[in-house]
Amino acid sequence: MRLSKSWIIAKKDLKSFIRKKTILYTVVALPLLISVLFPVVLEISSRKSGGVSAAALPTLLPAFAFFYVIIPAIIPTPIASYSIVGEKIEKSLEPLLATPTTDGEILLGKSLAAFLPAIVATYVGAAIFMTLIDSVTYGKLHYLYYPNWEFGLILLVLSPLAATLSVELSIVVSSRVNDVRAASQLGSLAFLPFMGIYLASEIGLISLDTNTLLIIAGILAAAALVLFRVSTATFRREEILTKWK
Amino acid sequence: MIETENLTKKFGDLTAVDSVTLRVDEGEVFGFLGPNGAGKTTTVRMLCCLISKTSGDARIGDYDVGNEADSLKIRKTIGLVPDNVGLYEDLTAYDNLDYYGKLYECTVSQRKENIERFLKMLGLWDKRDVVTGSFSKGMKQKLAIARALIHDPEILFMDEPTANLDPESSKVVREFILDLKKQKKTIFLNTHNLDEAQRICDRIGILNTKLMAVGAPQELEQSVRGRTTVIQLEYVNDQILGALKKLSPGNLSSDDKKVTIEVADPEKQNPDIVEAIVGAGGRVVSVNVVGSSLEDAYLKLVREST
Repeated sequence: MRLSKSWIIAKKDLKSFIRKKTILYTVVALPLLISVLFPVVLEISSRKSGGVSAAALPTLLPAFAFFYVIIPAIIPTPIASYSIVGEKIEKSLEPLLATPTTDGEILLGKSLAAFLPAIVATYVGAAIFMTLIDSVTYGKLHYLYYPNWEFGLILLVLSPLAATLSVELSIVVSSRVNDVRAASQLGSLAFLPFMGIYLASEIGLISLDTNTLLIIAGILAAAALVLFRVSTATFRREEILTKWK
Repeated sequence: MIETENLTKKFGDLTAVDSVTLRVDEGEVFGFLGPNGAGKTTTVRMLCCLISKTSGDARIGDYDVGNEADSLKIRKTIGLVPDNVGLYEDLTAYDNLDYYGKLYECTVSQRKENIERFLKMLGLWDKRDVVTGSFSKGMKQKLAIARALIHDPEILFMDEPTANLDPESSKVVREFILDLKKQKKTIFLNTHNLDEAQRICDRIGILNTKLMAVGAPQELEQSVRGRTTVIQLEYVNDQILGALKKLSPGNLSSDDKKVTIEVADPEKQNPDIVEAIVGAGGRVVSVNVVGSSLEDAYLKLVREST
């Protein structure tokens, strides 16, 4: 596999996405909103009613942090859907498949184009989030809560795995539908399990400590591996030209 | 240059292409004629290594179709103009070609040179910075041809390149194909258009799942047995028709003032026909011999195969 070929495909797709306002808003607005919203809510509540106690903060903040697993699960969906369903609609897959490029190189290019913006947006959002949270909690905690090991684990392991899973699911979904919006909606189901984990932690069913995060990472890795097999089997040129509807 | 032997493709129980054996030489324009669903696109897709063959052999130059290691080399050697142009409508004409130039591993200078050359040849140079979404069908088709040529391939596969184009755009595309022929490119042309095939193809293959016939357009025309003699008369009566039937020619049809007869050898048979008409009291106004056309040959072969 030649990474240079995949990069040519990814670069072209990224160039196209920059022109799509709906995709651009998802990539920029979602992480920015979440990164600013939680610290602002904490700050406002502490100004009005004393806010969350110093003892409760270390329980509350990991739940907030889990949104940096949810964000990379959401962002790749519209990008990957547009990238593949868009090509189906424009009927541009056949000339692309006729180039001296392997199926794997095309698939990797398409995946990178969806994965990279999600990860970059998540990391930029996380940097803003950590800075703002530290600034609003330092007065109560008297130490900088972020960065910490759990958040490191989320950003370096769980976020990329969530983004990978979302990309793979979008590829499989895109092969079966002919509408970018439908593909995007179906693909966005990828974030539901993560939302479930977040809610479970909020109501105290689970604690998002290092051990729980490692278990989640293991499950994500296994699911990503299964979906990788399914998506590579789906993204074969003969399959695309003869079976994709 | 292109060779197939018993090339077959099955989709489940359906045989899309059945034991096709053909050879296309270097610098030849080969037309592939056939009705919808005849297997033309499937054949091209197999030869372009886009789909697998079920059985048989095929070679493009020195490479084996179906050999995984040769697939990339084949795709580097060929250019494909698919039946759907499939351009990136949010990219400019230049960016579309530049993207494919990169995928075909052209150097920066090759890309620059070829993009300019082909866009100028096809009259699109002034539109190079316009997004292709705003292009007409004809312009898109021309750009798709330029895209297939960006890496200067030796062999060009074209699937219905003039379908849905207005007569003027079709003419530009046909003339461009003839230009490519002068440059000794090998062209495999799928088409429904008999007139187009007759004008630009050196040889034609008629496909209806099976390859029904291969030959130069004139050879195929002549392969349809017999020609037609059309005789205009002052009047046609039973005596004249009776006299003609005694000659036992081929199919005979008539109206008030015209007799149409299928003849195998007009030069030998027409004098006897005229003599019989005159002998029966008929008065001949004119005698015309109408040769069979490629259309006759095509329709006959396709009908025979169904």
